[in-house]
Amino acid sequence: MKIRKKSRDAAALNSWLVRRPIQRMVWLFLLPTFAAFCIGFLYPFLQGIYLSFCKFRLTSDAQWAGLSNYKTAFTDPSFLHAFWYTALFAVVSLLLINVLAFTVAYALTQKMRGANLFRTVFFMPNLIGGIVLGYIWSMIFDGILIRFNTSVVMETEYGFWGLIILLCWQQIGYMMIIYIAGLQAIPEDMMEAARIDGASSWDTLIHVTIPNMMPSFTICTFLSLTNGFKLYDQNLALTEGRPFIQEGGEIIKTTEMLALNIVNAFTSQATNRGVGQAKAVIFFVVVAAISLLQLNATRSKEVQQ
Amino acid sequence: MKLKKKDKNKTALTVIFAIIAVVYLLPIFLVLMNSFKSNAAINLNPFAIPDGESFVGWANYIKGMTFGNYPFFKSVLYSVIITVMSVALILICTSMAAWYISRVGSTISKTVYFLCVFSMVVPFQMVMFTLSRTADSLGLNKPWTIPIIYLGFGAGLAVFMFVGFVKSIPLEIEEAAAIDGCGPVRTFFLVVLPMLKPTLISVGVLEIMWVWNDYLLPYLVLDRTEYMTIPIHIQYLKGSFGSVDLGATMALILLSIVPVIVFYLTCQKHIIKGVAAGAVKG
Repeated sequence: MKIRKKSRDAAALNSWLVRRPIQRMVWLFLLPTFAAFCIGFLYPFLQGIYLSFCKFRLTSDAQWAGLSNYKTAFTDPSFLHAFWYTALFAVVSLLLINVLAFTVAYALTQKMRGANLFRTVFFMPNLIGGIVLGYIWSMIFDGILIRFNTSVVMETEYGFWGLIILLCWQQIGYMMIIYIAGLQAIPEDMMEAARIDGASSWDTLIHVTIPNMMPSFTICTFLSLTNGFKLYDQNLALTEGRPFIQEGGEIIKTTEMLALNIVNAFTSQATNRGVGQAKAVIFFVVVAAISLLQLNATRSKEVQQ
Repeated sequence: MKLKKKDKNKTALTVIFAIIAVVYLLPIFLVLMNSFKSNAAINLNPFAIPDGESFVGWANYIKGMTFGNYPFFKSVLYSVIITVMSVALILICTSMAAWYISRVGSTISKTVYFLCVFSMVVPFQMVMFTLSRTADSLGLNKPWTIPIIYLGFGAGLAVFMFVGFVKSIPLEIEEAAAIDGCGPVRTFFLVVLPMLKPTLISVGVLEIMWVWNDYLLPYLVLDRTEYMTIPIHIQYLKGSFGSVDLGATMALILLSIVPVIVFYLTCQKHIIKGVAAGAVKG
């Protein structure tokens, strides 16, 4: 039993001839990346978890404080507001982006003239950075809203829908690419069979195309959900959380999303950055949970097929 | 008769999409247009086409390049240095690491691989404070040392993508090279690396887009009085003289998107492929 397992492993993974010489050069092949990984991720990550249980301003003056940072974070109205605002934003942007992207992808795969050109155009905004995007759109929104004597930073609704429009402009092209790949992977004979059976194009879409597109839908939904949750640059550049309102002695930045709220907890003359770090850990847990859900969903879909 | 109707529908669809495409490009046209207009004209109406009165030629560009105490071309220079060095470092180091991981099935390589995959789900805000402190204390806060930080934080996705591809390369080729007397270094650089080319391009595209547009990491890590990148510079303009001089900022925004658009139009195929490959991994 043991021998069989070993030989299978050897065949699948390693040839003696190849493995040994590489293994001897671990310092050259693995060590540089791993060292950088420790500096750039592992050590900061572990230290971050530790510091979320401490009171500190600088990493050197950390004092153990137990769960008090988490308590403060969960009772902080600005954090709670940012949390629900972000969740709402993520869901709305998810729905809009995916419905529009799928529609565009479906239309572009109908052997339309100029489809490649349109694809090029729709994908382009995806390459522009979030800060620049925010600036471009704040000019456009303000140019329109100034006629009504207002501005994108004056009303929460403007900030919300402004950011939605911006994000749609940026990400529809991206999701469209994934949907196009999915649409092109549907076997042609399946469509043909539907046509021969006399299905209308609407029936074909509902009963053949969409069921076959489930893997693409899973990828895109989760991608836009995590993108929505992690959004920072665009939020900072477009509204920076404005307009601010006063609520029970606390200032609430009404269009501030989670990531921005966390960053602000570190920069704004904070006396205890532990609260910011605790918020960051909560944020990490939420994002990781969404990713795990995605993994599960993709796996179970794979089993079905 | 039926065929004709279908043809008509298709033409209508093309026309509709042509209109949508034009609307889609409008924001970029607006930036282009406004970069040639005087500040007052932009404030008055950003949607008007520049005419004899509002047209200022290259004045905004000249002003933008030299305005303030930090010249824009320096930011461009640092952006280019950081992007080129980081992406080169990531491609070389992570492809080597991925080869090691997939060819040596030891506990160490499995652990490293698991940690890499894990790092993909961690948002940057989780590590940003401690990371910037670590970078500071190790002296990694210069444009020529920040690539190490990028390698560390970006290793996860790159290693993951490379491992996925290396696994599909038949082992026999490397065995043949070993029998012919090739050491691991020569086997990797002369045999394996050329076969990795498609993945190198995909990962390269993803990393270029990430590093070039990244704002928060360089903002926190770099010493801001001395070094800025393009996104940092543009955010800084908005905070300081952005509301005062829209024309100059529009010119700088245009200058910062032009390289991206040129890059996109020249290697569109690879970019779209790379982005789709990265998305599937999520």
